[in-house]
Amino acid sequence: MNARDAILANIRSALAGSTPPVLPPFAYRRAGEMTGEELRARFLDRLADYNVHIVRLRNEAEIPAALADRLAANGATRYVAPADLPSAWRPAGVEALEEVDGAPLSHAQLEATPSVVTGCALAVAETGTVVLDAGSHQGRRALTLLPDHHVCVVFEHQLVETIPEALQNLIGAVRDGRPLTFFSGPSATADIEFDRVVGVHGPRRLDVLFVQGD
Amino acid sequence: MTALDFTARARTSLRDSQLRRNIAKATSTIRAKTARVAGELPDWEALRDAGQAIKRQTMAELDRHLVALEASVTAAGGVVHWARDAAEARTIIVGLARQYQAGSVIKIKSMTTDEVELNPALSAAGITPYETDLADMIVQMAKEKPSHLLVPAIHKNRAEIRDLFLRELDPAAIPGGRLDADPSSLAKAARAHLRAKFLSTKVAISGANFAIAETGSVVIVESEGNGRMCLTLPDVLISIMGVEKVLPKWEHLEVFLQLLPRSATGERMNPYTSVWTGNRAAEARAGDGPQVFHLVLLDNGRSKILADEVTRDTLNCIRCSRCLNVCPVYERAGGHAYDSMYQGPIGAIVTPQLRGFEEAGSLPFASTLCGACQEACPVRIPIPNILTHLRAKVVAEKRQGLGALNGENLAMQAAKAMFDHPTLLAMALAAGRIGQAPLVRDGRVTHLPPPLSGWSLSRDFPALPPESFRDWWAKREPRS
Ligand code: SF4
Repeated sequence: MNARDAILANIRSALAGSTPPVLPPFAYRRAGEMTGEELRARFLDRLADYNVHIVRLRNEAEIPAALADRLAANGATRYVAPADLPSAWRPAGVEALEEVDGAPLSHAQLEATPSVVTGCALAVAETGTVVLDAGSHQGRRALTLLPDHHVCVVFEHQLVETIPEALQNLIGAVRDGRPLTFFSGPSATADIEFDRVVGVHGPRRLDVLFVQGD
Repeated sequence: MTALDFTARARTSLRDSQLRRNIAKATSTIRAKTARVAGELPDWEALRDAGQAIKRQTMAELDRHLVALEASVTAAGGVVHWARDAAEARTIIVGLARQYQAGSVIKIKSMTTDEVELNPALSAAGITPYETDLADMIVQMAKEKPSHLLVPAIHKNRAEIRDLFLRELDPAAIPGGRLDADPSSLAKAARAHLRAKFLSTKVAISGANFAIAETGSVVIVESEGNGRMCLTLPDVLISIMGVEKVLPKWEHLEVFLQLLPRSATGERMNPYTSVWTGNRAAEARAGDGPQVFHLVLLDNGRSKILADEVTRDTLNCIRCSRCLNVCPVYERAGGHAYDSMYQGPIGAIVTPQLRGFEEAGSLPFASTLCGACQEACPVRIPIPNILTHLRAKVVAEKRQGLGALNGENLAMQAAKAMFDHPTLLAMALAAGRIGQAPLVRDGRVTHLPPPLSGWSLSRDFPALPPESFRDWWAKREPRS
């Protein structure tokens, strides 16, 4: 018998004679209740807990100036941009290292560029989490991994309150085989004495530009 | 051989006061944090109920879910392998690493690979394994054993880690050769040390937290970003998971992504969670993750655990480590006393079931049955219940085998004979009161003579009082 059949046979004989329990209806929250300022405040409050630098914007038109500001604050004269990063977001006078589809940038190029700017798929207020799903304005995963500083644009309409809502919204991307990256604050570790300290292998600085309004 | 193992090892750790301070400090920090973030959710108890119910139902039809997972991973371009035991898992993974001509591999979330003792097998094949979790790297460099499920280097404090890094890290990672002992400086040095390896290594080996049968997706929950490095940059990814890690549906993940981080590091959410589905990302977009994905499904004793309806819940564990952090025995005896990559209360039930009672039969006795673990466990595993069930099995097995000659067992048999025969008991007590004189120190007996010595190896006794209850009862003034 091959390993597969042997393992399955062992499992079946281990389970023989016991009846599977029926799943009870679940009582946990599958949707949030917050809206408006309460939801916004919750998200920003949770982000602040992770040492994320937050910039609140009133509309999309304020993005380029805010980006220029954040890049300058981090000493970045260049940034990595996914090919579909909207031109309306891009600050004038800062060089974008753009990845064209089919011609990926090398790891060395990404590593040598100080910042990366992306959008996101959605964000979760209750946990201060932002999710990338390889969709619009995000690029492939290495782009947001190798540069040391990540500026992520989050629109208010992308906000959900709870983790279950987020996963319900992401099932389409998963069915399409797209990879997901959830991040909650910059890279961190608790491996030394259970103290959370920022900055191991991922970007050590994370800025969120939060654009209010729909 | 067995009964004394935990005790003997615990005695060593108990003498190490630095170790006890390190562990007490870390566990008390984490206890406060987990309690706060779990308490913050209004539906925490409902999430625990759901977690337990989903896991129980999954285990009850595990064969079906594994077949579904195999199909969905294969459909997404992954290659599924099955390993009956540790040796088979090693052969598969070393074979794959050879096939892709790897001179070295980078590793993330290595508990299952520790269980199958993969690193020595890789080294023997001329392939250098690099652990990339900070704590795993520390343990690997110090040539020690993991002492905590989640923070395998919990036994080491910052100063000890600084000294280790000064000795072992690539000197280029420590500019000027000076390194402060604060955790951020240490993390920075580890980052510099591992960067080059992430960028140049072609094959990564990972564990997995969950795999979704419905979609063929694998999930890794991590903090540092070394997971993202390993899952994204190399050409080939080989993941190994115990068969119990499968979840039937995508929606089940919404429960565990809430339970796990809050119970593990006491955070609302861990810094990074990655989800990937076969090699579909690389197919859709050049350079987005490994072109080749292999998934190894490991049994290694799990189907046996499944067969006993009392112990079956052991497989529901999501390795959050909360039971370790609340356990008074773990806090004092330390992780090494469990002699396993699975320590604490969960280790005391998993290890003997995976490795057998001959090797690990002392572990189910390494508990006071205080119940703190069950209270804390996010999936409500009835650990004390499983412990007592295993104790009974260990005793039954010993009574049959050669183990019947061990001290504790003989002591138990002697005690049974006495309690069965009241006259014998009275005689023994009388003899004891006279005979104990040379054994009593500060009102306690710490070493009993054979055949009772097995019992007193791990316990002190109050000395027998000058007069027994029975004697006092017999002599008392009759009441009118
Ligand atoms: S037994 Fe429960 S508390 Fe312990 S590690 Fe497993 S899931 Fe966590």
